[in-house]
Amino acid sequence: MAQHEHDEHGSELSEMQLRVRALETVLTEKGYIDPAALDLIIDAYETKIGPHTGARVVAKAWHDPAFKRALLDDGSKAVRALGHESRVGEHLVALENTPARHNMVVCTLCSCYPWDVLGLPPVWYKSAPYRSRAVKDPRGVLADFGVALPVSTEIRVWDSTAETRFLVLPMRPSGTEDWSEERLAQLVTRDAMIGTGLPKRPQEVG
Amino acid sequence: MDGVHDMGGMDGFGKVEAEPNEPVFHAPWEGRVLAMQRALGYAGAWPIDASRFAQERLPPRVYLAASYYQRWALAMERNLIERGYAEADEISSGRALRSGKPLARKLSPEVVTQGMTRGSFYRQAQAPARFKPGDRVRTKNIHPPTHTRLPRYARGRLGVIELVHGCHAFPDTMAIDKGDNPQWLYTVMFEGKELWGPDADPTVRISIDAFEPYLDPA
Repeated sequence: MAQHEHDEHGSELSEMQLRVRALETVLTEKGYIDPAALDLIIDAYETKIGPHTGARVVAKAWHDPAFKRALLDDGSKAVRALGHESRVGEHLVALENTPARHNMVVCTLCSCYPWDVLGLPPVWYKSAPYRSRAVKDPRGVLADFGVALPVSTEIRVWDSTAETRFLVLPMRPSGTEDWSEERLAQLVTRDAMIGTGLPKRPQEVG
Repeated sequence: MDGVHDMGGMDGFGKVEAEPNEPVFHAPWEGRVLAMQRALGYAGAWPIDASRFAQERLPPRVYLAASYYQRWALAMERNLIERGYAEADEISSGRALRSGKPLARKLSPEVVTQGMTRGSFYRQAQAPARFKPGDRVRTKNIHPPTHTRLPRYARGRLGVIELVHGCHAFPDTMAIDKGDNPQWLYTVMFEGKELWGPDADPTVRISIDAFEPYLDPA
């Protein structure tokens, strides 16, 4: 896996590796944790839990109007009913993008993110540039991602300051009217579900 | 507390730079830190709010220089020591020198799936909700030296209740071991100009999720 390549670079990373190993040893010897359980958690985040879950949710909402209503009404309940691998917790709220309104999600105070449906957040989401600017200059942040929205579109920024988690429901691209749910899911990017990107265009996935 | 973690609206951090094909973890230790945090959370060692508060209490230069998982590791060490789960000499030597403190339960491989399911923060309401969607509110101008989820940029500002999320555990007391103290939670929406002044982009609206004690009627 790619992350191992980074590990050998720089004394700081090696120092962290030693420090964390020491911490794990202490916690294991004290009986607080079981390293075998840690392995399973890491494996789940590396191989099972990720934005593909959110993409399936979005594609289903595009495909099935009743599910879309249920999702917007109670995100946790609607997603839980799908029975995905990652069991979604409470407090998930889906935000619908329209031509009049574009939603974007941030956590200025730490890095709250809907792990259950998007996996672990990317570094940029947790970075000072995003956390500081998203609430003050969201159009500038969108420009950093190469996204320019019409000036008539309201930009609505949701700062995740509590345990509520937000999932953006992007607009369904035109030209996909006869597409299946599985095919639609290929259009849904992680960034589109955070609100810093848009779905792929139909011609990008074929 | 008014720390560097409360970044909303600060200038000078530069452009947002996305890493192409970013791996889930950049080094194996990051995954170990995340998993230890989950395991200790399942064990009931301390609430998530205490993890956040420990990060906020890192010296500003440390907070800003550290990566996300470095902050987690530093905060974990701090909570372990402050709460008597381990002592500094054990953490520095990497050996348990004393027996552990009892915990409610332990995350074993058999219960990992349950352990990874996000818990509910809903709590029994102690009183009816004071506000409903459409109500105008003003956030309080508070500066507690302890943990709060009311960001500085949204204090003393006029907003509108948009959503009512039910009654939740209150992070401000959870973080300092003063209990759930259940409070109604609302999405409060602000006009960009209310937060950033007359030069703000008129097409931007920002919301926070605010607990009832942060709000006054307006």
